Amino acid sequence: MTRQADQTVNERQVALNVMAGADATQMAAIWAAWPTPPAFEAVRGPETGLVMVRGRAGGGGAPFNLGEASVSRATIKLESGEIGHGYCLGRDLEKARVIAVFDALFQRDPVAVKTRVLAPVRAKGAAHDQQRRNETAATKVDFFTMVRGDV
Amino acid sequence: MYVAVKGGEAAIANAHALLADRRRGDRSLPALGIGQIIEQLGLAVDRAMAEGSLYDRELAALAIIQARGDLIEAIFLVRAFRTTLPRFGYSRPIDTGRMLIERRVSATFKDLPGGQVLGPTFDYTHRLLDPEIASGDDVPAPATRDTVPENAPRVTDLLAHEGLIEPDNPLDNAEDTVGDLTREPLQYPLDRDLRLQALARGDEGFLLALGYSTQRGYARSHPFVGEIRIGEVEVEFDVPELGFAVSLGRIRVTECQMVNQFKGSAKVPPQFTRGYGLVFGQSERKAMSMSLCDRALRARELGEDISAPAQDEEFVISHLDNVQATGFVEHLKLPHYVDFQAELDLVRKMRAEQQEAAE
Repeated sequence: MTRQADQTVNERQVALNVMAGADATQMAAIWAAWPTPPAFEAVRGPETGLVMVRGRAGGGGAPFNLGEASVSRATIKLESGEIGHGYCLGRDLEKARVIAVFDALFQRDPVAVKTRVLAPVRAKGAAHDQQRRNETAATKVDFFTMVRGDV
Repeated sequence: MYVAVKGGEAAIANAHALLADRRRGDRSLPALGIGQIIEQLGLAVDRAMAEGSLYDRELAALAIIQARGDLIEAIFLVRAFRTTLPRFGYSRPIDTGRMLIERRVSATFKDLPGGQVLGPTFDYTHRLLDPEIASGDDVPAPATRDTVPENAPRVTDLLAHEGLIEPDNPLDNAEDTVGDLTREPLQYPLDRDLRLQALARGDEGFLLALGYSTQRGYARSHPFVGEIRIGEVEVEFDVPELGFAVSLGRIRVTECQMVNQFKGSAKVPPQFTRGYGLVFGQSERKAMSMSLCDRALRARELGEDISAPAQDEEFVISHLDNVQATGFVEHLKLPHYVDFQAELDLVRKMRAEQQEAAE
């Protein structure tokens, strides 16, 4: 693979990762507000199935099957020919379908998807995670040493 | 003589309608919503997901409502639902070292990179019932402390270098040979991968009791909590049509690393060995119990004497599944009229014979 192709794959992968973690209502809102929704047809799905989630013994050892998770997926084809795939945890078929459409659009117009989809999704996700981190950090134990005679 | 009979259709239909009525309860009270169960009975949802062996919070919450709060019934419903869906494949193993941590404590090492964070814990509460909760009053927002993302490596990885703690061996077996008890019937003896899968979906109460038994001296294993961590991890999945792995999103898991003093054996020098627990959702008790049982079940591998129930692989693994267990126990209440009639005849005959012999 050429370096440029590598980078395209990498960017597409990052885009799919970001969208999979997005809040479903946010994705639906972005899609509803999309200026010129492209025509597309379903190639597969959207459908719900299971992925067996694996862990590792001891955290870093041999893999084992932890349990399944519900996953939705969709494959669509834009009128202009690009094929997009969408995968996400849960049973929200519409979210999988919207991810697939944006994945296809990303191949045609990455800038639009980056600015209109990835940027707001990332911003919301980052804010949510940071709030979680800050709440957790408040419960961090600060040890101090008791000096003899202190009590 | 016994004649086989049919019947009960109307009784069954009416019983189910009555069940639905009793589940709904007093209509003057608002009906429960799935969102309320997810948000306010989150740990019940987590248990239904973990033992139902299906990560899906909405489904688990629905199952809890439908089961009127009977968690084993809810787990049964979740298990039944999962059989209706196709399997897309297996994820890459999750990396708990890259968790977005919500709680992380170690009972063995005070100072750790990433620190000790208590998170939303029942620990150190006084277990006094709080009548204010019943009033439904608002709860103040939690305290926050500005922080930056920080690495919190697994304790066992930090200390593995010295050789005093048994290291992980990722090369134990390849990913394509991982056992899956949902696909193949179990054949004893089992490898650790299958045991961990069975333990992860096993009944919390059963594992708790067995773990407790190891502490009380049945297969004493001198355990310490090396680390417990709760938080969210990415699930990555290799998508064939894309040719690369994508994240499917994050799931919350609880991980427990138990470290156990080990005097050594013919096969292994004295060191700290380990038991591992990994469970869907937030469930520290289950993860801890699982790690105690995992360690006890490694007796054969570590060359220990097998003397206690918790070490008996076939006993533990065959009886830890509450859906199987409840199925077999509860089937006893279904009509056994013919079986019992046959046994009645048999007992009558034996009594007649005994009486005859006495005369």
